[in-house]
Amino acid sequence: MLMAVPFYGGIHPRGQKTLTRDRKIKPFPPPQVVVIPMSQHIGAPCKPLVSKGDHVNIGQKIGDGPGLCVPVHASVSGTVKAVELRPHPNGTTVLSVVIENDMQETLCPEIQRRKTIDDLTPEDLIGIIREAGIVGMGGATFPTHVKLSSGVGKVDIMIVNASECEPYITADERLLRERSDRVLAGMEIIMKILGLKEAVIGIEADKETTIREVTQELSDHPGITIQSLRPRYPQGSEKQLIQAITGRQVPPGGLPAQVGCAVFNTATCAAIADAVWDGMPLVQRVVTVSGDIAMGPRNLMVPVGTPFADMVDAVGFAENPYKVLSGGPMMGLAQFDLAVPVTKGTNAVTILGSKNRYLDEHPHCIRCGKCVSVCPMHLMPLKLYSAERRSDIEELKAQHIMDCVECGCCAYTCPGCLPLVHSIRTGKQKLRNAQPPNQ
Amino acid sequence: MAGKVKYFYELTVSSSPHIHGPNRTWRLMLDVIIALMPALLWAVLMFGFRAFTVAGISVAGSVFFEWAYRKIMKLDNTVGDLSSVVTGLLIAFVCPVTIPYWTILVGDFFAIVVVKQLFGGIGKNFMNPALAARAFLLSWPVVMTTWVEDGSRPGIFHPVDAVTAATPLNNMHTGALPQESLLDLFLGTVGGSMGEISAVLLLAGGLYLVVRKVITLRIPLSFLGTVAVLTFLFPRGNDRVVWMLSQLLSGGLMLGAWFMATDYVTTPITGLGQILFGLGCGIITVVIRYFGSYPEGVSYAILIMNTCVVLLDQVGRPKRFGMTKKEEKQ
Repeated sequence: MLMAVPFYGGIHPRGQKTLTRDRKIKPFPPPQVVVIPMSQHIGAPCKPLVSKGDHVNIGQKIGDGPGLCVPVHASVSGTVKAVELRPHPNGTTVLSVVIENDMQETLCPEIQRRKTIDDLTPEDLIGIIREAGIVGMGGATFPTHVKLSSGVGKVDIMIVNASECEPYITADERLLRERSDRVLAGMEIIMKILGLKEAVIGIEADKETTIREVTQELSDHPGITIQSLRPRYPQGSEKQLIQAITGRQVPPGGLPAQVGCAVFNTATCAAIADAVWDGMPLVQRVVTVSGDIAMGPRNLMVPVGTPFADMVDAVGFAENPYKVLSGGPMMGLAQFDLAVPVTKGTNAVTILGSKNRYLDEHPHCIRCGKCVSVCPMHLMPLKLYSAERRSDIEELKAQHIMDCVECGCCAYTCPGCLPLVHSIRTGKQKLRNAQPPNQ
Repeated sequence: MAGKVKYFYELTVSSSPHIHGPNRTWRLMLDVIIALMPALLWAVLMFGFRAFTVAGISVAGSVFFEWAYRKIMKLDNTVGDLSSVVTGLLIAFVCPVTIPYWTILVGDFFAIVVVKQLFGGIGKNFMNPALAARAFLLSWPVVMTTWVEDGSRPGIFHPVDAVTAATPLNNMHTGALPQESLLDLFLGTVGGSMGEISAVLLLAGGLYLVVRKVITLRIPLSFLGTVAVLTFLFPRGNDRVVWMLSQLLSGGLMLGAWFMATDYVTTPITGLGQILFGLGCGIITVVIRYFGSYPEGVSYAILIMNTCVVLLDQVGRPKRFGMTKKEEKQ
């Protein structure tokens, strides 16, 4: 039925996963203060439902809104100290609810376990998933209930993304090993919603122990298979993962549902099981805190809203950090203020030392074509670079700049150390600015 | 509050990716220099120490002109990328060992300043600097085509005393098989430009570059393959296999196919473009060798194909992700 085709290009950076691969997920000590942004998803931000001085419990809804919106919940119990603009890991400031932790860990009384879920219809399940505030936890933070409701009837294969291809990150791998029952339960819920009999876990072949352990579990879960894939970055990129498992290519600007696929992150599946079976909204997640100068790299179960500084200080570092990233070193966002909180999409905090400095003051393209040979989206990054430099909007369009997924393979491999991804991002903005606003 | 929260470090903010692979321009160029060393040592063995002084002066000249031009024009210093060292070596390789030192310095100047820097420096030139320099130096045909016999060692200061001889290609240009054996051609115990004579050592250098992933096999194989097929189909002399192998092993073909036609700057960046580039080089080489008034065609073949790179990359442009070729055309 499926024709697996390895995606074109890609790179093989040093994984650095042995730093944290065998470290169990440990609960992070409850932070004194959490900062919960009202926007942790793609779409309209939430309106706060609480105000300064209110008492909140764990799991209590504190923000929601109409339209393409996903509610947010309190991750600790305590008092709302402020509702104000705070720095967000995406580099902007976002209206956030600041909660001072009373350390009582009082659970919201509405949270009830379910004995059975057989009586729930797909619509009920989608409603529960929305109310639990679930978004794609691999980093894109697309609202999961929208992906599900738009996928019904269109999707013929469900894929779970366990191809954590960024260096250093082991959060999903640990989760899959330690809570495979939860991930599989979440998958079965999604299969029920989408009316599917089959689902595939796509995982890179170098995660042997995880593959072995999960395979043993699969006998109790008919319809679910695990497929080991070529360990190559960006194997975990949605379009490349679909290509590697099904041979299908998502058309430019299109969604996976157009080729009959729906891809869910490992952590998202576990969060769906928590929401449906335990009634527990998404208020905590696994974060890998690692990096080449991290002293005690580890995998932590962290309440959403925990400031990066708390985790960075707890882990420690060997020299003054050069960069602190939300995410991994290939696609992560460099932070300038460690007051930013962990959000639903934060899978890692990566601390890098100054030996990773590589940009050249005067970069020269030598036309080696290595960027072309690694681009998994079949682009010619060097042409995008020169077109952006010349602000040649027509050429940017002709070279399909919007197809770029910003995986960073080109910049990683460039012998001239050209800031290719930076230039492509700038080029995308130039193209947007040049187009009339109604397009 | 715990009171020990340290929010502010001197953090750097920049676009991803935040790590970089081992590739650097100077490392790639260093690999090319290493790959050229066996052939240079062979030249010293065959033609004496003068081969070394010619190469040394050529490299020094190239690096100097690169440095001086960037300095005078107030541009950043690009000597560190080692590309001018490679150009200097290659210019020496395509000249006879008897070449006067002033001539080679003229070649260096032409390659670095006229062909490379006037177009904007590394990555911007559209013709191979070393081959363009060779074409320019042929304005002095006597010094560029005075071949000495292998094993005769022209003096460092008085090269003209050496015994001159015809190269294998001179013989083949008349339509006859060369007097040298295939083994002589393969090992390089023949006359010719100082860096081009030993097919086996150039092959070894080329394979080193492939193993180090500096180049791919696409251009060398399509170039050599095209020459092989054409010479096999249209042989001269009485043995088509010997004719084909002699053509492959003589002249500047090995040096050209592995080290000149694979120059990043002046060749296509797409896979299909590279294969077509090699094909074109092969056809033009054979046409010039068969029908030209000059026995060797490799350097002109590569220079002519250099001018077609933009076109070839348009042909070889990768298929858009998520679309078929048909959908793309609409």
